[in-house]
Amino acid sequence: MEWTNEMTIMMMDGVRETLFMTLLSTIFGYLLGLPMGVALAVTDDNGIRPNPVIYKVLDVIANVVRSIPFLILLILLMPLTKLLVGRSYGTAATVVPLTVAAAPFIGRMIESSLNEVDRGVIEAAQSMGADTMTIIVRVLLVEARTSILVGVTIALGTILGYSAMAGIVGGGGLGDIAMRYGYYRYEKEIMFVAVILLVVLVQIFQTLGMKMSVKLDRRQR
Amino acid sequence: MAGMIEVRSLGKTFVTKDASVEALQDINLSIQKGDIYGIIGMSGAGKSTLVRCLNFLERPTGGTVEIEGRDLSMLSEKELRAQRAEIAMIFQHFNLLMQKNVIDNICFPLLYAGVSRKDGGRKGTISREDARKRAYELLEIVGLTEKAKAYPSQLSGGQKQRVAIARALAANPKILLCDEATSALDPQTTQSILQLLKQINREFGITIVIITHEMSVVREICSHVAIIGDGRLVEQGRVADIFSQPKTKEARELIVKGRGEERRTLEGRQKDLMKGKCCIRIVFSVNSSFEPVIANMVLRFGQPINILRADTKNVEGIARGEMILSLPDDVKMQEDMKAYLTERGLAVQEVDGYGMD
Repeated sequence: MEWTNEMTIMMMDGVRETLFMTLLSTIFGYLLGLPMGVALAVTDDNGIRPNPVIYKVLDVIANVVRSIPFLILLILLMPLTKLLVGRSYGTAATVVPLTVAAAPFIGRMIESSLNEVDRGVIEAAQSMGADTMTIIVRVLLVEARTSILVGVTIALGTILGYSAMAGIVGGGGLGDIAMRYGYYRYEKEIMFVAVILLVVLVQIFQTLGMKMSVKLDRRQR
Repeated sequence: MAGMIEVRSLGKTFVTKDASVEALQDINLSIQKGDIYGIIGMSGAGKSTLVRCLNFLERPTGGTVEIEGRDLSMLSEKELRAQRAEIAMIFQHFNLLMQKNVIDNICFPLLYAGVSRKDGGRKGTISREDARKRAYELLEIVGLTEKAKAYPSQLSGGQKQRVAIARALAANPKILLCDEATSALDPQTTQSILQLLKQINREFGITIVIITHEMSVVREICSHVAIIGDGRLVEQGRVADIFSQPKTKEARELIVKGRGEERRTLEGRQKDLMKGKCCIRIVFSVNSSFEPVIANMVLRFGQPINILRADTKNVEGIARGEMILSLPDDVKMQEDMKAYLTERGLAVQEVDGYGMD
């Protein structure tokens, strides 16, 4: 098989589409997941403002959404996608189910990052008369930032993986290319190239993310 | 006269699903302005719960806590936060923000704590520069100016506690609560932190409450002490009185335990005394204690000997006496004395300062 110019263009489009879906979904995922994770950590029994009702509701939502396979979620959410994006197919349309799938996952990671913050430091802030909001913004999120950044790195990788299924709704991207050429047409070379590009992308995210989190950590110098 | 802190019949019960634990019962304390008040007890006695009741980090389940005549249980959340800003606290594990440098840690209560401005409070009323200026002043008080830009992980335990003290002073508190503040520090550092607390008490007139399990801390700086045992107030009064006439078993136990702490420093001095001298360690077994061996030996040889240490130890359930003697310089005399003691059934052993344990 000969490598043509069109194929290069197709691959570049694939990279572009994958990045678009992954980054946008991660951003929207954090817009939803960050408050959710904070709420989970704060209203937990051992949190700074325990509230069993709010905790339970969020807990159930997170578990339900996370237990639906992404492919099914993609189909279930089509009406919502159509409402938000205007249509239920294409790259932009996949951002909606990706975001919905990512948010509870991100929420759980934020929750666990915040739960790692030393109780003593929180108590110190309380003893100074800090209110709940101040403790969240100035203590929890600050002290947990390294762990949160590691979480972002993990989230990017996972969402990138989910985005491979976007082909089902014509979302495009590298995963879609790999499936179409490798699975349906047995053109394995194209599949390999697409997979290698996916691996490279995940590597880049992972390396950058870890570098940043280490750079921002003041505990080890 | 009403005190700075008045605690009346305070009680705290923790209720869990299948049990309730009475952590504190009927505690009454009156702490005056300018006191350095020690609260001492064995671990698990409830002292940490008690100190957290003083600023309502733990809400008591009975009784009242009054700060300058204000009953804390009558305050709203907002008023309580404002009140807390006047009651600073330092901790065993320092509890500094690990991701912020020293100056930012000290600025924290100035910039973010207390009641927010829209509630008429002082939060945010101080500019960032003013906060920094104040933080540098505080850093000078605790003697750490050169560490302003360092992060807590780069500091020693004593330095971290100094930063915590500077942070505690930032909001001009009237009261400083110290929860086992020196328990994670070595003896020398403990000394320097205690001296700093003393200085703060004297210069700023801040009332200090010290929670500790170490009698040496109480003896070193406290004017008054309360002894807590099993969630109850066992004994309280001036430190000097309790030391000379402890009324309760708990007080006596703590004082004896305190002697152990003291001995560690004494042993250092003993080692100096033993330098260049011939010293022996003798051990009495049960039946060798009937004869006044040492006295007889002194009479027999007509030479004074110096008893550096005498102690009894429980070895496998049998009480054994142990003594360290410094013998006269005459070598012949030394040999005769050792022979005399051995004859009387005592284990004799030459020691050079490290023979003590």
